Amino acid sequence: MTDDSHDSHGALDAPTLDCPVPFGAYERITLAHGSGGRLAARLVRDLFVASFDTPELHAAHDAATFAFDGRLAVTTDAFTVSPLFFPGGDLGSLAVHGTVNDLACAGAEPLAMTVAFVLEEGLELSVLSKLVRSLTDAARTAGIRVVAGDTKVVERGRGDGVYVACTGLGRVRRPLATDALGPHAIEPGLAILVSGPLGDHGTAVLLARDPRGVEVDLVSDAASVWPLARALLDANVALRCLRDPTRGGLVAVTHELAGTAHTFVLDEASIPVRHEVADVCELLGLDPLHVASEGRLVAFVEARDANRALALWHAMGATDAAIIGTVHARDVAPVVLRTRLGSTRVLDLPAGEPMPRIC
Amino acid sequence: MCLALPGEIVERREGVLPMALVRFGSVRREVCLAYVPDAAIGEWVIVHVGFAIQRLDEAEARRTLALLASADDSIAAESTEAADTSRGPEPR
Amino acid sequence: MKHVDEWREPKLLRALADRIAREATRPWTLLEVCGGQTHAFVRFGLLDLLPPTITMIHGPGCPVCVTPLEVLEHARRIALRPEVILCTYGDMLRVPGVHGDLLSARSEGADVRIVSSPLEALDVARRSPERAVVFLAVGFETTAPATAALIELADREALTNLHVLSAHVRVPPALDALFASNSVDVDVDVNVDVDVDVEAHANANVDVDANVDVDASTNASTSTSDTTPTDPNTPCIDGLLAAGHVCTIEGTDVYAPLAERFGIPIVVTGFEPVDLLRGVLACVRRLERGEAGVENAYARIVRPEGNPLARAAVERVFSVADVPWRGFGVLPGGGLAIRERFAAHDATRRFALRGSVGADEPIREPTSCRAADVLRGRLRPLDCPELGRRCTPETPLGAPMVSSEGACAAYFSRRSAHA
Repeated sequence: MTDDSHDSHGALDAPTLDCPVPFGAYERITLAHGSGGRLAARLVRDLFVASFDTPELHAAHDAATFAFDGRLAVTTDAFTVSPLFFPGGDLGSLAVHGTVNDLACAGAEPLAMTVAFVLEEGLELSVLSKLVRSLTDAARTAGIRVVAGDTKVVERGRGDGVYVACTGLGRVRRPLATDALGPHAIEPGLAILVSGPLGDHGTAVLLARDPRGVEVDLVSDAASVWPLARALLDANVALRCLRDPTRGGLVAVTHELAGTAHTFVLDEASIPVRHEVADVCELLGLDPLHVASEGRLVAFVEARDANRALALWHAMGATDAAIIGTVHARDVAPVVLRTRLGSTRVLDLPAGEPMPRIC
Repeated sequence: MCLALPGEIVERREGVLPMALVRFGSVRREVCLAYVPDAAIGEWVIVHVGFAIQRLDEAEARRTLALLASADDSIAAESTEAADTSRGPEPR
Repeated sequence: MKHVDEWREPKLLRALADRIAREATRPWTLLEVCGGQTHAFVRFGLLDLLPPTITMIHGPGCPVCVTPLEVLEHARRIALRPEVILCTYGDMLRVPGVHGDLLSARSEGADVRIVSSPLEALDVARRSPERAVVFLAVGFETTAPATAALIELADREALTNLHVLSAHVRVPPALDALFASNSVDVDVDVNVDVDVDVEAHANANVDVDANVDVDASTNASTSTSDTTPTDPNTPCIDGLLAAGHVCTIEGTDVYAPLAERFGIPIVVTGFEPVDLLRGVLACVRRLERGEAGVENAYARIVRPEGNPLARAAVERVFSVADVPWRGFGVLPGGGLAIRERFAAHDATRRFALRGSVGADEPIREPTSCRAADVLRGRLRPLDCPELGRRCTPETPLGAPMVSSEGACAAYFSRRSAHA
């Protein structure tokens, strides 16, 4: 905690018996909303607890407790996005999907999450309540409960409106062996699958932030991927590793997983990318394979089960899911693309955030 | 280089400069027509940094592609002889 | 996308490649002028399709690559002024200057914004009358008309807060310089100290030829399937693929004197895969027939007269100037300076930038970078001892590694790809 932040103590403050300050007295977040006083308590009670509405929050302890049986998966993530609202989502729903998807990649069913808001003084309360409602809806749809939370207010100019930090808890799906799933289980011969078209989220957010006179019909793909993961797990598909291709897109994720031991050979023609994403990228000089998705899975599956896994996804409506490559022992580079012409080229990590270019 | 893409004019918008809405596949973008001011709706232009820099000659494009597809061995003929040193230099 | 997809058709490309292989009866070295063409050759895997008889080398063709350190440093210093909003293309943000790039200037508080058209900078200037909006303008003849439009509009609207830092460059003078040095063993002061810390090249810091020699043999021993070692002597360029989009503005006639003087074929070439291979084929045919001259293989876009309206706008706003190119030194007529008439919109005048920045340190190109050799076609990126070692897209020694179309960056992403 920095000195200039103002703590509203506890996990989430209890409702008070004080004469309620009208919620609408302030239209914007003030430092008092993070002070631990009445305004803070009202904010917590009337906005957060009322919206999330889970027994753990109503219990108003400093920490939530709940019964648990099995193997626990834990993940933590901080979320920031500009703009806060974009086609197909917003910071609230993104926080849920990001959290749930990390759990899903560990083969874990989402159970519970914590949410910490860092609010900038001056943020409109209507914006905050919209984000909280969206977060609530996304959590309900994804089947995860918000069991603890926190709010801090930072002075104007010291934050970017809202930051959200979440910790997610999940139960590792049976009958998965404790170490069956993960990067260590990747080996030559595996098939690489993706669950849908790549780059929708990053492209939609890029244009929402700065439209540059570009008009296109495109929404973020942000969604929970747990149903996709569960389908493979429930059907006992010979699954080795799951990953969601977020920042840096497919190229970043495959680089990370190929490490130093493997070469992933990807087939350009098989990689699903929407026309809209391809066209925007062509126009702005970006590579769709570097652009983030927030509702897709990359799966590493034993070759014998690849078609079965694909059929399962197709049957769920993920009709663009595809087998996009195979794992080989390390050759010359971590990730190699077989082009439509049949020639190959190395896919390098982007040096940084993709930026529109003219050359 | 100059990242430049061909697009089709779908709407003309007059302003301080002549502007147009240009369609690139599934994407539309506002483009300045200052340098191809007579380009009409339905015509194709090549666009660089938000400016149409030339019309695309669709007949020429079709002709070239047809020649290439015919596997005709006289592809060289499809290039346009622009200038030749035999005619001497033609400095602008 | 119509008028794009047709020009990427694999069947056509293979047919073209076959034809090139059949018709090239001996080795030919072709130079593609434009970095965008380099990028496309790599992105679409076209180099692997070419027969071993054809060697492509990469010309000076990336405006980002050739932007001199001095301009980058000017831009950085202007950007750091509190009243300034610096607008430029995304390509420019990671180009390393003397004291870091514009991205790091941003982290120091500079207000640097990415635009994809000069007209976006105009909007910024209109919306922020209290700020000085500076547009860092880069690009070849293709891009200069858009900058000219910006300056004329700012002038018409009396937008006194809009200034342009012009780093516009012109292609023909660079080709002149390049071909003038073609097959001439010039004693260039290449930065031989680079090799000292690279074991394999420890003996190479003697002279240029020895240097290239060692590089070449190293390359051959790692046997990348699709390359032939660089000739230890300065490569001789047999033919030229001219940049189609530059010719869209300039027309095709500007190349006639060059073709005449150096007795080479020059083929105006587009950027899609089919265009590129057509360009190669047309060039090879002329070489096989022993014909020099200019040919337009991008006729659906390029007219012999170019775009006179666009050229007139450039002529009104800019005058031809002698400017430094990164790796070339000062090129006579190599760039565009804003005319006196538009002095109010000239950032170099507004911010009193003259000559070298800061009297304390003359600005020099980094000594460990061999961008000069690469841009001159003397060193192929794959043969550079620094490529992928000290010089990567994350730690670029020189501009050709920075731009995603830079010759070195393009090669870095395909080095020894034969999986």
